[in-house]
Amino acid sequence: MKINRLDARLSLAHFYVAFGSILFAGLLGLLQTLVRSELITLPSWINYYQILTGHGVVMALVFTTYFIFGFFYASVAKSTGEFTNKQRKAGWIGFWLLTGGLVLAALMIALNKATVLYTFYAPLQASPFFYIALALIIIGTYFGAFAVISRYRLWKKEHPGEKTPLLAYMAVATLVLWLIATIGVVAAVLFQFLPWAFGWTDTINVALTRTLFWYFGHPLVYFWLLPAYMAWYVMVPKIIGGKVFSDQLARFSFVLFILFSIPVGFHHQLLESGIGEGWKFFQVILTFAVILPSLMTAFALFSTFEIAGRQKGGKGLFGWFKKLPWGDVRFLAPFMGMLIFIPAGAGGIINASHQLNQIVHNTIWVTGHFHITVGGTVAVTFFGISYWIIPHLKGRILTKKMNKIGIYQTVLWAVGMGIMSSAMHISGLLGNPRRTQMTSYNGHEVASSWGAYEMAHAVGGTLLVISLVLFVIVLINLAFFAPKGNEEFPIAEELNPTQQTPNWLENWKLWIGIVFALIFIAYTLPIIDIINNSPPGSSGFKYW
Amino acid sequence: MLKHEKIWLTVSSVMIIGFMIATGIQTFAFGMGPPSETERVDPQKVDEHEVFSEPGVYEVGENKYEVVMTLEIFSFNPGDIEIPAGSEVTFKMTSKDVTHGFQIAGTNVNAMVMPGYIQTITQTFDEPGEYLILCNEYCGSGHQLMATTITVV
Repeated sequence: MKINRLDARLSLAHFYVAFGSILFAGLLGLLQTLVRSELITLPSWINYYQILTGHGVVMALVFTTYFIFGFFYASVAKSTGEFTNKQRKAGWIGFWLLTGGLVLAALMIALNKATVLYTFYAPLQASPFFYIALALIIIGTYFGAFAVISRYRLWKKEHPGEKTPLLAYMAVATLVLWLIATIGVVAAVLFQFLPWAFGWTDTINVALTRTLFWYFGHPLVYFWLLPAYMAWYVMVPKIIGGKVFSDQLARFSFVLFILFSIPVGFHHQLLESGIGEGWKFFQVILTFAVILPSLMTAFALFSTFEIAGRQKGGKGLFGWFKKLPWGDVRFLAPFMGMLIFIPAGAGGIINASHQLNQIVHNTIWVTGHFHITVGGTVAVTFFGISYWIIPHLKGRILTKKMNKIGIYQTVLWAVGMGIMSSAMHISGLLGNPRRTQMTSYNGHEVASSWGAYEMAHAVGGTLLVISLVLFVIVLINLAFFAPKGNEEFPIAEELNPTQQTPNWLENWKLWIGIVFALIFIAYTLPIIDIINNSPPGSSGFKYW
Repeated sequence: MLKHEKIWLTVSSVMIIGFMIATGIQTFAFGMGPPSETERVDPQKVDEHEVFSEPGVYEVGENKYEVVMTLEIFSFNPGDIEIPAGSEVTFKMTSKDVTHGFQIAGTNVNAMVMPGYIQTITQTFDEPGEYLILCNEYCGSGHQLMATTITVV
């Protein structure tokens, strides 16, 4: 099925903004490493924390969201057919709302009116227009979610009794997760931050803002990760000449992510007052449960690799491994993502381990952690997707030469991220804090031991920016200059197509019901306590 | 389901349950849970509070100290603390403005100090030396300057 030209245009618009954003935010990131390692000093008209806010907002909220919607529109159009005019229009409204939010947020940050970092913790108070910008971004995604979900429902109506396409199912599951997760941040922005920033209310309940933020903040990382899992489950097997290991297992792991990635936000608040130890521990337990679907995924993927490698004649215990297409960037990049996810996931388990969190909380270890997860695993998988999806949408092909540059780009990214995030992890264990401009601390002995690691951040950051420049050059070539042709949109078939996928996996009401029940159990009493026994609120501070 | 898949999922589940049990025992049997004080204060009136109106280092028992501390941009009050080696020190803290972090580099002392809440954390200092206390939550443009020391003699 060919993707309708109008749908391709909608998808491409999202990808273009995503690629521009990651390049810009990457440069800001490099500046940060150069300042922290004391290689440069910033001019007086710009503040380090402004750059940090820009880097965080653009990477975490802008790049990821645009990329994911670009990817979803293409995947859904490919697997379920073209969008209706109404759905496509909703997609465009979503795009312009997102873009309006992006421009407004960028303006506020550039004017130094929102130097509150991307977590915007109260009672630091940004301009109300910054919070409006965040609201626009989220409302924009609701229009996009409407387009995707209503296309999926239409397909079900058109194909009664049939199993839905796996790609569309996964996109819908990810958006269900997103819709439930954003309730928290929408509530905080609309009912707490906006009235307070406009001066309609004098004070704000700080503990409540943090709780609502992290109710959203943790599933946010799964919103980034699940599209990468889509590529791993459905696209990578096709690229290596294999099949989807198990359709049922893939759907079930997505369901588990919906259930267990939301009622776990307290593991970001383990060192805070105002939340009882027992409630924190309860959410730590739920956090551990979310490890299981990732381990299921790991098994399924490596089985797929082994089966495909053996079919190509790989012998012995590891002979199949050599038969994998290492010279194909469409495989190498997502594979790097999987490989990086092994240490990244292990680090995540450490962070969530209740008392162990005390050693790493707010040190640069945490920064290292989310740089190898979202900046490593997720970003490098997204690069791998870009290399075939852009030429596919533009009616061009991924040439040998661009594939080769892509390989260099991928390796450079992995090496740069490896150097930077290893140095971050290690110096975090030595006490080096995150989110700070300078760590000289009057030449204190402990602080001076961090200097060498900060130099390594700068080296890693430089490699990452070189890699990004290569990436954007290749993408421009693929979009506008590569030879015309038909680049494959890889969708693998099932290994056992006869295996029935049970209907309960598509029973969204059931899963949404269970997740709300879990959220209710994990959050109701602590939130009632935070509201009913709240201390007098805080007025806003602009300390930048 | 394949045999190998079953083995993998069993091993995974056992491992995860092991993590749950280990963190649970450490938290509830050994009292090693993270700082989770629930006592509240009025963030506007910290100076009038019965405890926080007089920040300082108090000896509360043999080799036991309590440090009553307020955090405010960009300083810890009291700063440059001195205590004898082998003392058990409980830090009792609150913020007078935004959320700050309280970390003593090279130890397990690490806690968030939010306006409106009291936070406590206890540490025994056996090794003499000058320890670095720093704020590890972004609190404004002078955040990187927010630091002091605790000297164990």
